[in-house]
Amino acid sequence: MTQAAAAVSLSAPLLDADVAIATSALTKRFGAQTAVDGIDLNVPFGAVYGFLGPNGSGKTTTIRMLLGLVHATAGEIAVLGSPVPTQASSVLPRVGSLVEGPAFHPYLSGRANLARLDAADRFADASTSRDRVDGALDRVGLLGAARKKYRAYSLGMRQRLAIAAALLTPRDLLILDEPTNGLDPQGTREVRSLIASLAADGSTVLVSSHLLSEVEQVCSHLGVMRQGSLVAQGTVQEVRSGARSFIEVTTGTPQAAAEVLVGLGLTDVVLTPSGVRATPSEVEPDRIVERLVSAGVGVRGFAVQVPSLEDLFVSLTGEGFDVSR
Amino acid sequence: MSAADVATAPIARRSSTVGASWRLLRSELRMITGRRRNQAGLLVLASVPVLIAIALKFSQPRHGRGPDFMSAATSNGIFVALTALTIELALFLPLAVATLSGDAIAGEANIGTLRYLLTVPVHRTRLLAIKYVSLVIGGFIGVIVVAATGLLVGGILFGLGPATLLSGNEATLLDALGRLGLTVLYLGLCLAGLAAIGLFISTLTEQPIGAMIAVTVVSTAMWILDGIPQVEWLHPWLLVHYWPAFADLFRDPMFFDQMRQGLLLTAAYVVVFLALAWARFSQKDITS
Repeated sequence: MTQAAAAVSLSAPLLDADVAIATSALTKRFGAQTAVDGIDLNVPFGAVYGFLGPNGSGKTTTIRMLLGLVHATAGEIAVLGSPVPTQASSVLPRVGSLVEGPAFHPYLSGRANLARLDAADRFADASTSRDRVDGALDRVGLLGAARKKYRAYSLGMRQRLAIAAALLTPRDLLILDEPTNGLDPQGTREVRSLIASLAADGSTVLVSSHLLSEVEQVCSHLGVMRQGSLVAQGTVQEVRSGARSFIEVTTGTPQAAAEVLVGLGLTDVVLTPSGVRATPSEVEPDRIVERLVSAGVGVRGFAVQVPSLEDLFVSLTGEGFDVSR
Repeated sequence: MSAADVATAPIARRSSTVGASWRLLRSELRMITGRRRNQAGLLVLASVPVLIAIALKFSQPRHGRGPDFMSAATSNGIFVALTALTIELALFLPLAVATLSGDAIAGEANIGTLRYLLTVPVHRTRLLAIKYVSLVIGGFIGVIVVAATGLLVGGILFGLGPATLLSGNEATLLDALGRLGLTVLYLGLCLAGLAAIGLFISTLTEQPIGAMIAVTVVSTAMWILDGIPQVEWLHPWLLVHYWPAFADLFRDPMFFDQMRQGLLLTAAYVVVFLALAWARFSQKDITS
């Protein structure tokens, strides 16, 4: 115990204390299986950080480690500048969280469930509990159902109640794991605008999702997980610029066109149903067209394409129904 | 947390550990007592003295049969309470503690509320402490309900008055009630030993029913072993061995040797099993 604490305090300065969440070589193994494999998260203050990845890519395990629920096998974590889990007691009151779906006592009302969580918070003021509980319920549109038993709530209402629990006191950081799970399109939109308003109030938000489309509009930063590794991270612009553009030639004689492109030194030349696709080199696009035409290739169309964020996400995380582990 | 960190906190965060723990304990007790299942359990506990009193009222007195207190029950209502306690110590009261133990950690883990309590955050040691205190209070509530119901029904059917003690002398009603109060205190403390075992078992699983069954098995196995003369060497180490010793409170003079032994053994169980529970729970990965 003492040794572990010493190790953390020695290596803590390695982590950037000026960001909301920093991890270094964070690793979690469950038996032989590596759920999280040496990731270096970096969530700046004020960011809305989209934490993306398919189901089973290690997002939730990472979040559980950030919150001190699961102990890391290796690596360090700093949340709001303090090491976790050693200083979790002083840091977590400033962190609101939603972890792997809602969980409440089924036979208590929504309001009673929140009151219980508030009673558990040793920093919360008992005299303002009622107001804060109702305020949080109101913020997620549940005030009308406050007296209903949790077991009678729909999945969407349960999800909202969990978000309300994260908003019981003002937070510097919100960690929301799949907050739109189970919500209808209307609810998903509401959650997005809630995230935007929290960010506007100055909170840092980490929001995980397996669907890029649900979060891309509100995110300033992205981190993409695949099979326990962080395969991309940065501002949305930075991540997007990591995507390589490609050129597309539409032609009736793809074979001839491909030979010209290879001759020009372009790589990844592939035939497509309508022509040829390749990764550009230093050769100017204008010259490529010139050479194609002079080689007698009938060019019907020529374009330099940048892949959409969705395409990029799929290329980073893989496609299809394969569960990643 | 340094002074600078406190200054950057967005809102004033005063921390009165005692006040805050009291608040969480009250919330915990409200949840235990508000739960229908537990209320039904209390009704079952309360029904035993009622059944005993009615059965005695409408049956022929047969001296020299049943527990010591049973033959005296028709003479004084106070003995209905004692008879009920004697009978319920074997199964119903341990079952009540087992049920609450199952809910304590395993139950919260089972429905996932444990992860939200811990991220509030509630320090794991503090959560264990509050869960244990509420288990002990739950055990006391059980004992008090049995004793009070027995006293009430017994008083109505057989009257209350000076009581003939097991040693043959007579005690005034006030004296006898004082002895009943000590009985409740002693048995409540005895159940606190079982509650420590229960809390430990509750940290081992995410299945509240499993924890409940395990705790019931432990207490029942102890009773069985305590009834087998061949393992007499083991008896002084069985938690339940000293539970019936509360009868010594109804002798004149009161006889404390057995009860002292019982409380010492209980204290040892509490220390060992709370330490085990802490060692297990403070290192556990919460993946539910």
